[in-house]
Amino acid sequence: MPQTLDYLRETASQTAGPYVHIGLAPGAAGFDIYREELGRDIAGPNATGQRIRVEGLVIDGMGSPVKDVLLEVWQANSQGRYAHPEGGGAVEDGFRGWGRVITDFATGEWGFDTVKPGPVPGRNGTRQAPHLNLWLVARGINIGLNTRMYFADEAQANADDPVLNLIEWENRRATLIAPRGEDRDGLPVYRFVIRLQGDGETVFFDI
Amino acid sequence: MTAATAAAEYHQRDRRLHPPALTPGYKTSVARSPRYSMISLENTLSEITGPRFGHSDIDALDNDLIRNYARSGDPVGERIIVHGRVLDEHGRPVPNTLVEIWQANAGGRYRHKKDSYLAPIDPNFGGCGRTLTDAEGRYVFRTIKPGAYPWRNLVNNWRPAHIHVSVFGSGFLHRLITQLYFEGDPLIPICPIVQTIPDPDAIQQLIARLDLNATIPLDSIAYKFDIVLRGRRSTLFENRLEGN
Ligand SMILES: [Fe+3]
Repeated sequence: MPQTLDYLRETASQTAGPYVHIGLAPGAAGFDIYREELGRDIAGPNATGQRIRVEGLVIDGMGSPVKDVLLEVWQANSQGRYAHPEGGGAVEDGFRGWGRVITDFATGEWGFDTVKPGPVPGRNGTRQAPHLNLWLVARGINIGLNTRMYFADEAQANADDPVLNLIEWENRRATLIAPRGEDRDGLPVYRFVIRLQGDGETVFFDI
Repeated sequence: MTAATAAAEYHQRDRRLHPPALTPGYKTSVARSPRYSMISLENTLSEITGPRFGHSDIDALDNDLIRNYARSGDPVGERIIVHGRVLDEHGRPVPNTLVEIWQANAGGRYRHKKDSYLAPIDPNFGGCGRTLTDAEGRYVFRTIKPGAYPWRNLVNNWRPAHIHVSVFGSGFLHRLITQLYFEGDPLIPICPIVQTIPDPDAIQQLIARLDLNATIPLDSIAYKFDIVLRGRRSTLFENRLEGN
């Protein structure tokens, strides 16, 4: 008889449901409870590098905006370091690199301000192009979806990026690259449309 | 932490334990489920790192849902304690990690501008809490037992009493949201959202158990709920996860 292994098993995911804001962003649910809601300031005032604005929309398989999605962003600083003990070195005081993003309930539009991350070390001596790591939850999404946003004005770094190059269908790589629009208030604006299903479906990662 | 540990990779997620994206019994998933396969990534720094939180981020009362929104007295309902540990697949504690919860009140109504269920809002109940695990991975919340509530899926679907639970773990690849159910609830096996999970044991793992040893006599009844996150490979082999 084979030996049984005594690993525990990862707790199963369940949808965040329509009222995720109560738990993770109560202000958006319509009430004030905590001294400070977490995830509102991604980069902090001391962060170095280019300040940017990122805006977008999540679209479902019927072509409608998803108005109750909650996104989390995880990114490196302008030096390509993450605010974590294994993140590659010290970061600026107050730089967290993590944020929570709520949509406008009427339109589904979301946006946030941050700094553009630097390139991040990849596996085996490679270099990853600047990118934001995104995690999406909503009603109807049974397990949080992981994706990445790259920057259209980093064409060479994107062409060399080891993760983008893993995507066999070259035309799908573009789903992860946010075009740069016109600057606003002196800041570059990137627009990232995430398509959950159908034509132009965004690439999601099993990390 | 040694260099070898720093380079160790996490076990891949066993997707058989989790609901697939497309689960037609839960209708909202139909238009919100990707149809192409996900691209599997080996760990990079982007996945093994993740946000860290400290005691300066939260207040001591944040994990007490009986008190953290009370205006004129205690909220209505059955007083309960929910406690447990956050562990990895090797049974090792995950210390100092943020656990956040949210739930309906005793009548099954959420304090959310989008919830219009006819059960009343409780003026003394917000319905959310958060805490950090201690060095042994333990967490505890005090709250009231949420009520079951109806939802639009089939016309007669009712959610079993549940608490939504969000946990961070040590890296972005640990990020998890789930729901905690209560032992003995007859609505669990007929809930379309519970049924999105294909593995019966994985469902059992979401059911908090009555824990008489942790109850406060004449005050609050207790339920125990452990959360398991992905484990990390031991350090026998050096992986070149970081450059050079
Ligand atoms: Fe719920």
